Amino acid sequence: MQVRVITTQSPPVRTSHKPPLFLVFMAALTAGAIALPLTYLAICTVAVGGEQLWNLVSRPRTLAVLLNSAGIAVAAPLFSALIAVPLAFLTVRTDLPWRRFWLIATTLPLAVPDYVGCFALIAAFGPKGSLLQLLLEPLGIQELPEIYGWFGAILAITLFTYPYLLLSVQAGLQRIDPALEEAARSLGYSQRSTFFRIILPSLRPSLVAGGLLVAMYALQDFSATTLMRFDAFTRVIFLQYRYTFDRNQAAVLALMLVGLVLLLLWLEYKVRSRAVYYSRGNTSCRPQTLMHLGVWKVPALLFCLAVVSLGLVLPLGVTLFWLLRGLTSGLDEMVSLQEVMQLAWHSIWAAGLAAVVATLCSLPVAILAVRFPSRITTAIERCSYIGFGLPGIVVALSLVFWGANYLPWLYQTLPMLVFAYLVLFLPQSVGTVRSSLLQVNPQLEESARSLGRTPWQTLKEITLPLMRPGVISGAALVFLTAIKELPATLLLAPIGFDTLSVHIWKSTENVSYSDAAAGALVMLLVSMSSMFLVLSQSSIKELTTETRRSIQREVD
Amino acid sequence: MLRRNKWFTFGLRFLSASSLSIVVAACATTQPQESNSVDNLTATDSSVAAQTLTIYSGREEKIMGPLIQKAKKDLGMDIEVRYGDSTELAIALIEEGKNSRADVFYAQDAGALGALAKEKRTLTIPTQLLNKVDQQFRSPTGQWTGISGRARVIDYNTKLVKPSELPTSVMQLTEPKWRNKVGWAPTNGSFQSFVTAMRVLEGDQKTLEWLKAMKANGAKSYNNNSGIVEALGRGEIALGLVNNYYLHRFTKTDPNFPVAIHHTRGDAGALINAAGLAVLNTTDQKSDAEKFVAYMLSPDAQRYLTQEFYEYPLVQGIPVSQKQISLEQLQPPDIDLSELADLKGTLSLLQEAGVV
Repeated sequence: MQVRVITTQSPPVRTSHKPPLFLVFMAALTAGAIALPLTYLAICTVAVGGEQLWNLVSRPRTLAVLLNSAGIAVAAPLFSALIAVPLAFLTVRTDLPWRRFWLIATTLPLAVPDYVGCFALIAAFGPKGSLLQLLLEPLGIQELPEIYGWFGAILAITLFTYPYLLLSVQAGLQRIDPALEEAARSLGYSQRSTFFRIILPSLRPSLVAGGLLVAMYALQDFSATTLMRFDAFTRVIFLQYRYTFDRNQAAVLALMLVGLVLLLLWLEYKVRSRAVYYSRGNTSCRPQTLMHLGVWKVPALLFCLAVVSLGLVLPLGVTLFWLLRGLTSGLDEMVSLQEVMQLAWHSIWAAGLAAVVATLCSLPVAILAVRFPSRITTAIERCSYIGFGLPGIVVALSLVFWGANYLPWLYQTLPMLVFAYLVLFLPQSVGTVRSSLLQVNPQLEESARSLGRTPWQTLKEITLPLMRPGVISGAALVFLTAIKELPATLLLAPIGFDTLSVHIWKSTENVSYSDAAAGALVMLLVSMSSMFLVLSQSSIKELTTETRRSIQREVD
Repeated sequence: MLRRNKWFTFGLRFLSASSLSIVVAACATTQPQESNSVDNLTATDSSVAAQTLTIYSGREEKIMGPLIQKAKKDLGMDIEVRYGDSTELAIALIEEGKNSRADVFYAQDAGALGALAKEKRTLTIPTQLLNKVDQQFRSPTGQWTGISGRARVIDYNTKLVKPSELPTSVMQLTEPKWRNKVGWAPTNGSFQSFVTAMRVLEGDQKTLEWLKAMKANGAKSYNNNSGIVEALGRGEIALGLVNNYYLHRFTKTDPNFPVAIHHTRGDAGALINAAGLAVLNTTDQKSDAEKFVAYMLSPDAQRYLTQEFYEYPLVQGIPVSQKQISLEQLQPPDIDLSELADLKGTLSLLQEAGVV
């Protein structure tokens, strides 16, 4: 057995053979579709005159705000990693009490719409009249330090996006061959140095993939940065639309954001190493041993509790509060249960389709990029990320342009909306599928073939089962974010096809917070139960059998 | 090696086939749901019968929903509405161009209507309809008309400020006694019109000075009007520059909400802006669209908007809600809404002052 984790610097696959044209065609089709917004931006930019273009681009304020955005795109993944890596380790590899509960609860902040989450944070920690200030008032504290600005924006984005990293890292952790650790331990490494020298390095693809998603999210986020009064670049784009109704100038600014996205993608590409992340042993399905926390149990629990309280309990509490206030002040204003069920069904249907389609499209893209690495395949894979780094409204308007003018029969139908979700959220699936494929040894596939399995059987029986955690968490990510999406849904859904997020938006526009709370609560329930379903399909089953086995081992 | 190629090709062929079939299935299953609207739309192209009037509405469903239900019955028309943000819908309409399915656009403010008129996406509204509305509140070339008015006001926290201390003009908000106590929403459409009005009344120089002084005096930025009113309720700020009708939405659920309305007189802070309608030039139902405009200017619709949502009627002879001071008592500045078209100039002033 070889314990080569990162020592091998050569690519895992002989680059000499070329990928089949058909495969490239499939993936290029996906990537081309994803690049539609980019072509739209280019068309618009051309329409802006040279001098105007220069004025717009060279304005000092534009550049300063661009730097702000870059700053938050760096800070958010770092802080997220500080939360996500310990959480992933605790929930997957230790005997943390109520581990299954934490496993689900810690991923759920992703299901909280960020506008709801920010409202909750401000209501709890705002400078004046907030929960905390009212609690501290007897001590003579009239005003808390401002939550707004860098602090609030980083807090909000970190709290509601760290699950990207968490899911990715959890999937990575589950795929690490325990033999590697055993070997390390037998070679005299302590538990701690095993973690830093074996586990953490093998998590690198998961960390980078998850971190990239957090960074891109921070770049395109609008509601959290606006509510926290942080001057992000999306705000400059928004103002351009607001004040000039000039989509061309806004497109120029959006292209500048694309520049930042490309820079990020390039950096990520540089950070990615070409190392082998799978072990070459034949025991990769063995259960992993659980680490005993001992005295660290209490701090570990407190840590989980703190994260879950801020990211989940707080927004849930504020939502429930609004709902109860609405219920006590009279029901006539509230939506009926039947309406809510209808809205929920629309949300589930559209987001579910998006999750399925995105997963199917991400497979060829990821397989190409991992098994046939070349400039073209890498470019295709990178291309798929662009939509996610752009503000939703820019992508939505670009699809309005292409849809209304070139595909009128598809414009404002459900397939168009699902396509928009695909453009916006595909990278979430590509990222996790890619990093889980990286951990699958291609020799397993080859041996399956040489043992007489057909290609389809090999894919079905070997590759897909091994990739399953990544594929499932990718689909879950797409579902969870698509269900929250607003700008594209408003412009591209069939008329009358209202989703929960549209309902929440309409209610907050109208200051009927109890109505919004009803929608938000149903959305949280839908997201939670879908997460629960997904997790009970994969990790919980594995975890429980693991626990049973490790207990068995202890008894033996 | 070749074998590997083959199996990937195979697997992917299967995957792509299945993904295609799922997309097709998705289209097929949604067909029955949508067939009504799609059929109606194609019908509108070919025949005159059973047409559906499509409205893009920047105004909330809560306000429009009941009104549309009633209009359907009264006008005997099928009406469908796409709700959204006024600015975003206006830009989407411009993007859609000649393929747009929309017949009528209903916007929160004159700015979005003016933008569509500038892009030549609107039709001239018949004079007899235009004449129902004071010319201050409609396009001088008849490209759009106001439907209801919304007044700019100062909302204040009644626990923090006594009525006697209130300023008589927004220009006084730069005084030291209001330091860190005023909230505004610089990205909001109504705020844009307010600053543009100030430019018309006081000139660019004085407006810029005011903006800078306000910023130096610690004015706090919020996302929108309701954000300001909410912060007023918490006591985070003492005064807020908002539209008149937002407060009523809060006091409806909480009668003890500690915020009240204050009107300044004759300055930009007392501006009356209008939400209004435009008929789009891509409509194939011009007469239906005009019927709808006429309906919105009818006493019934005007009364509904004023009584239920505390807006100001723009058609003569409709009383305002009892909770409001009358239009005559308000002393708005003497400005035509079409004078507020230069939003670009306003944006550059706001940027120069470092406000946005």
